[in-house]
This record gives sequence, C-alpha cells and structure tokens, in this order.
Amino acid sequence: MKEIVVISGKGGTGKTSLTASFAVLGAQDVIVADCDVDAADMHLLLEPDFKAAENFFSGVIAKIDQNICNQCGKCADVCRFDAIPVIDGHHIVQPLDCEGCGYCARICPVDAIKMEEQNVGNWYISTIKTGSTMVHARLGIGAENSGKLVAKVKNEAKRIADEQQKDLVLVDGSPGIGCPVVSSLSGASFVILVTEPTVSGFHDLKRVYQLVNKFGIKAGCIINKADLNPDVTQQIWEFLKNNAIEHIADLPYDESFTEAMTQGKTIIEYRQGELQEQVRQSWDKIETIVNSL
Amino acid sequence: MKIAIASGKGGTGKTTLSTNLAVYLAEKKSVVLTDLDVEEPNSGLFIHGELIHQEDKFNMVPQWKSDSCTLCGNCREVCNFHAIVQLVDQIMVFPQLCHSCYACSELCPSGSLPMTPEKMGELQEYQSGNLHFIESKLDVGQEQAVPLIAQTLRYVDENYSEVMLKIYDSPPGTSCPVIEATKDADLVILITEPTPFGLHDLKLAVETMQELKKRFVVIINRYGIGNDDVVDYCDGENIPIIMKIPNSKAIAERYSRGELLYLVVPEFRAELDKLIGFIDTLNRETEQ
Repeated sequence: MKEIVVISGKGGTGKTSLTASFAVLGAQDVIVADCDVDAADMHLLLEPDFKAAENFFSGVIAKIDQNICNQCGKCADVCRFDAIPVIDGHHIVQPLDCEGCGYCARICPVDAIKMEEQNVGNWYISTIKTGSTMVHARLGIGAENSGKLVAKVKNEAKRIADEQQKDLVLVDGSPGIGCPVVSSLSGASFVILVTEPTVSGFHDLKRVYQLVNKFGIKAGCIINKADLNPDVTQQIWEFLKNNAIEHIADLPYDESFTEAMTQGKTIIEYRQGELQEQVRQSWDKIETIVNSL
Repeated sequence: MKIAIASGKGGTGKTTLSTNLAVYLAEKKSVVLTDLDVEEPNSGLFIHGELIHQEDKFNMVPQWKSDSCTLCGNCREVCNFHAIVQLVDQIMVFPQLCHSCYACSELCPSGSLPMTPEKMGELQEYQSGNLHFIESKLDVGQEQAVPLIAQTLRYVDENYSEVMLKIYDSPPGTSCPVIEATKDADLVILITEPTPFGLHDLKLAVETMQELKKRFVVIINRYGIGNDDVVDYCDGENIPIIMKIPNSKAIAERYSRGELLYLVVPEFRAELDKLIGFIDTLNRETEQ
C-alpha cells in the first residue's frame, strides 16, 4: 500500500481543492484521510455520510477537588504552564493552559488532584460520493495533541485500505511545519507540495521541503496560480530542479476553484476546460510516479 | 492595546492585513508588529527595517547523567508524554516529545536529569522609523510551536510599554498555537473569505474566541467571490464586519511580489481606514 500526502507549508494555496479532486479521480481505488484536523474542510466537497463516529481521548488534564484541597499552593509552584491561578482564594486549574504533565497531582500533599482523560475531538469513518471511504476528524477547541489525532486518522485509513485491499491512501495534510505536519508525513510514500508563486508561498515551500527532506520522502510539486507572478514561478522551477523535486504541473490562476467550492463540487466536477485537463494529467502523473516507487 | 489577527483557514490574508495595518499606523505613531506564526512566518517578507537585535530561543529539556543515575525508573514513570525510555543500562530522552514540565528532573532522587537548554528557534527584532517588528522562527524539525510563541510574547511584554499599540500576526487553525497567540489580546480580528471553506473555518474560530471570552470582529478578504453566506452568518450572530477587501487579481499580483497594498491600491487603503477608525474608537473607550 502507498500513501500520498498533500501539504503546502502556507495555507490557502488550493491544497484541499486539489486533494478532493484527486479523491474523485482516484474514485474507488483510494481511501481518503483528512489530516488537516484543525480546519478540516474536505467533507464540504466529498459528501461524507458521517456513518461511524467516535470520541478521541488523548492526554489528561488536572482537576483539583476543592473539598480536599488545603490551598497550600505547591501545585501552582511546580506548574511550568501557569495553569493554576488562585481565583477567589481557591486554586483552580485552567483547562486551556494545563498541558497534562501531572506534576501537580504527584506532589499534592493531600492528594486532591486527579488527572482526567480528555476528549479532544471526534473522528469519523464515512462513505463519500465516489463510493470510497474517507476517515476524517474534528478537533475540539484549543485542543492539544492534534498530532496524535492526525496519526489516528491516518492509521485508520491505512487499516481500512488493508481491509478493502486498496493500494492507495490519499492524505490532506495541514499547513505549517509543526507536530500535525510531522505526524502526517511519517510513513508517507510520496509528498505533493502545493504552492503558489508569491513571496510567502515560495518562502513557506522551502521551509516545508526542508522538513520533507529530513524524512527522506520523494516529493512532487504543483504550482497553483502559476501565471500570477512569472518571476517567482521561474524561481520555484529552479528550486524544484536543484532539489530533484518532480514538477507535476503549473495550474493557471482560475476563480473556478472558488466557484466549484461554492457549489460543493471539486474542480473537476464543476466544468470541463484547460484547468480540469491539467488536474487530470497531474493525477495520472502522480499515479505513475507512485506506482514506480 | 493588543490586537491579534487570526483566522481558522490558512491563506485568508492574516499577514497582508497585519503588515499593512502596522506600516500604515506607523506613519503617525509607534507600533509593534509581532509575527507569531513561528512555523511559517511571512510578515518579514513585507517589512524592510534594520536588524537591531537577534537571539536564539531555547527550550529546557532533561539531559541524562549516567554517572549518578541509579536506574530507579522514576523519571520514566512520571513522564506523561512518553519522552523518557528506560533501557537495560541507560535512560533515553526524546526532546521532541518533552513539554518541559520539569517533573522528571525535579523528582529524580539522584539529580541525574538536569534541565538543559536546547535551541528551538530564533527571534529577530527590526526597526524602521516608528515601526518595531519582531519575528520568531521555529527551527525545522522542532514540532512544538507553543513554547516559542510564549517566549516571543514575553519578549515583547518585557521590551515594550503597555501603552503602545501591538499587533500580532497569529498562526492559522484553532488548536494550541492559536490559543497561545490570542489569549492576551484585547481584540481579535478574524479574517476570512466568503467561501464554504472560509465560512466553515470562521465558525470554528468564532467558537474558539467565544470559549476564550475574547472581543472579536470579522474582516472579509476577496469580497465579491463566492457567496453571501459569511455575511449572513455574521449578521445572524451579531458579529461586526469592519472591513471588506475586494477580490481582485491585481491585488493578488501585488501581494505576490511582496508589495504593501495600502500604498498602491486606493480601495484597500479606504477599507483599512475603516479598520483604523474602529481601533481608534476602541482605544478611546478603553482610555475612558
């Protein structure tokens, strides 16, 4: 089984619109995983049925039993996250600040602190409009451990692919270079970098590629809105060449990305034209590369 | 006053707004702009100032001292993040998993896990006239953005007076880095685009700000594209929309070159004036 991960460094480059289009083109052959758990949007295009839902528990947070607590303040002294302020004479844990290290609970002289398991989000297994399966999630507000939820979504997608004897898992990753991205990259066979020829897009591409390179994963690149700034596009071409990154496609600046989304459709379902043809060719290219790995 | 500029969805214009607002305001008074999107900081691409300070930023992680360790296993047991593994004759620390809680170190009976600094990124401070710009960059391979965001906020608090206007360019999303970046803000500006993705992620961001009990307003970027759902949603929830940036390929082209829009796009400047008017009113309210 092969795993294709789509990331971008910078947000808003068209990553999710393209991943959803590839999911439609791959149809029954691919299991889809939406690992952008912070701002999961692929469900808006792929019509999942949310058939199976489960809570995701990860990590713990401290809770002080005020009936036992003698307000000695030792917990607040050891807390490196300033998560235990005194409010109206009582030591109260602030859930959004608590990182769940459990130090306070260990040193509390009267044993007033319990660590409680935390529900940080939900994850779903759905049938989508292509008839295939998508694993997706929704992270709770301000939750920690999104990296772990990403790993959960990915592992479930892989398990299902195994079960249904599918050869491909297609993963929509999150922006940035931090823990959710690292988590979505681990175990990937091929990475697709979606970028745009803006000073920010190129800057972020270079940073996220450094990360991909640390993992030693083969990468390809799609330049979206390539005609927006020919100079920067040229610089990106050079960068791809120098780093042996497959140059998959240059897509034009085209507002049908947004028009399709507004109708709840992927780009390739919306209308047929040059852009759609290029997206199809991109997917063919990606399949060829991945099959040869 | 502290103003954080945030969004659920990435690529909606946080950096465009932060940099233009800061430079425009700095024409008249002192402003501090801080880029807290430490994973992919971009504000610096639009700001040209003189580098006046630079420092490495460190995270404290335990380092194992083999000579005094009795291999009692207490450290492994107290670590809730599985950052410590005990092998037959040694202790291994995985710094990427460490949250710097100090439990293993301070609870070690033989003092064999002293906390030692490990570099996680760097902070740079620039100045251009009235504009002070601070940017922190996470080292590639470091996974946790929150400690660097926290240290950057502390640097700004320690070096700039409370009365100065401070603008924070925040990371995208709704998880821990955004909470850290917005939790001290007096006003959060959520910038979105009028599309289904924009609306979906705006709702998540709104829930987050309500949970944090923050005062927040909305700005719509690429106005004219997509549909009216974002406007209808904000009207229904009584969330003020204080600025609309028109959808235009010409604006996108200028942005792609790293240009400041308010200098070259009059419609943008006119909209930015509305935001500045709003901030001025708010400032007067707080002063009273």
